[in-house]
Amino acid sequence: MDKILRKAVPWLLVIPYIGLLWPPFYNVREPAMFGFPFFYWYQLMWVPITATLTWIVYRSTRHDD
Amino acid sequence: MTTDINGTALAVFIFFFVFVTVLGFVAARWRKPETLAHIDEWGLGGRSFGTWITWFLVGGDFYTAYTVIAVPALVYTVGAYGFFALPYTIVVYPFVFMVMPVLWKRAKDFGYVTAGDVVHGQYGSRGLELAVAATGVIATMPYIALQLVGMTAVLKALGLHGELPLAIAFIVLALYTYSAGLRAPALIAFVKDIMIYIVVIAAVALIPSKLGGYANVFASADAAFQAKGSGSLLLGGGQYVAYATLALGSALAAFMYPHTLTGIFASNSGKTIRKNAIMLPAYTLLLGLLALLGYMGHAANLKLDSANDVVPTLFKTLFSGWFSGFAFAAIAIGALVPAAVMSIGAANLFTRNFWKAYVNPDVSNAGEAKVAKVTSLVVKVGALLVILFLPTQFALDLQLLGGIWILQTFPALVFGLYTNWFRAPGLLAGWFVGFFGGTFLVWDAGWKPLHLVSLGGEPFTVYIGLLALAANIAVAVMINAVVPVRTIVRA
Repeated sequence: MDKILRKAVPWLLVIPYIGLLWPPFYNVREPAMFGFPFFYWYQLMWVPITATLTWIVYRSTRHDD
Repeated sequence: MTTDINGTALAVFIFFFVFVTVLGFVAARWRKPETLAHIDEWGLGGRSFGTWITWFLVGGDFYTAYTVIAVPALVYTVGAYGFFALPYTIVVYPFVFMVMPVLWKRAKDFGYVTAGDVVHGQYGSRGLELAVAATGVIATMPYIALQLVGMTAVLKALGLHGELPLAIAFIVLALYTYSAGLRAPALIAFVKDIMIYIVVIAAVALIPSKLGGYANVFASADAAFQAKGSGSLLLGGGQYVAYATLALGSALAAFMYPHTLTGIFASNSGKTIRKNAIMLPAYTLLLGLLALLGYMGHAANLKLDSANDVVPTLFKTLFSGWFSGFAFAAIAIGALVPAAVMSIGAANLFTRNFWKAYVNPDVSNAGEAKVAKVTSLVVKVGALLVILFLPTQFALDLQLLGGIWILQTFPALVFGLYTNWFRAPGLLAGWFVGFFGGTFLVWDAGWKPLHLVSLGGEPFTVYIGLLALAANIAVAVMINAVVPVRTIVRA
């Protein structure tokens, strides 16, 4: 179980590519937040999301170097 | 010199410039090794940089002065499309996390200094090594020149016209890079990055309140785009593929450049690189907010000669004298760090993959360091001459091509980390097709990075770098499958 999980976790890093490289997902104005149209805050939001996903993968990585 | 000089701004600017110059020379004694006369020390800082130094160095070197000027300028001109820099600098990090520690380990284990070394070690082919190294050098040269364009923009805003201030700044940079090597930009990066963070945070917090809030900033930009009939707050339907392929292609290319690779090779462990893949996106957040300065330019009703002036003019108009001096110093110093690392990366390539390979195979460690130091001077003077004597557009076009060219070294550099299936003839043929095919498409499109593709339905544009990479890989696979395996005795 542990081993399977360790192998699966890096796949989390595929998520940002899906979220960001398909512009039809986010090429809209509404809902706006703090005056930012959706297009802008959605992409900015992917910065902390990606960092968090990477951190999760980092935690499950063995650092033998 | 004209009379539009603000004394306070200039004084603050000069103070910080002198400060980093002193730092640059002091850097030779920072984390002092037994000897600097070794390319590992001069060109890679002794492969000893931990998490924080790497963070400042790679951040300072990847998010360049030109970025600070050009991304808001593009957003100012075209709107949403200019924002591709944001997905680009997000999706680059999962890639860095997975691939760069593997590459670092390969380099560390065999003492490689450059991408050319890695390729030569993997495939034993001087031809492929030369292709990769030469691509690195020519892709980097215009990039250095563009740092000068960024610096020129702030010098102009300070009221310093003419070529002398630029030449002085660059010669000072060349001298301390010569003496301290990678340690100089690594140390200066601390100052530069902290300054840039202060400037951008102040700008995105204060400017909108002077311009009626973010909602008004976006509304003004929208109105301006509609008034001039081009640009938009959202992507047009035909821009989707261009936006996504530019982001992905740029992300794959970003860490193939000599300057970014130098930052990777100089770190002290794979773990350091993985940690940085988590921490470096902080700069991306900064970049995303910075890009919005382009829209603030519309809200402030700036009248500009050139879109590249949007950031300097915005600061000059809305900030007090001392703070705009601080901001301009941050951007100018922001040009020095990448320019230094780029010239070091190019010098390492020349030394290891040309000088050592063809001129003097028996060159000593000290001799390598000497050649690299002199080359870094030549590279910087070359970039300065390009900016002084050739039209800026020339450097811009070359930089555009540079991104497409460097992406063509991806298969040779990365595939070998995971498989031994590929061999030099296929990869070299792939590189050739990608490099020259990509160049042809850019020329054919009138020096634009996008190629019109029509697959029966509505035509759309695709980033040429990615098209060329696809052709590159396809050719490499085909040739590799066809050319028989010779029994190669690996040393």
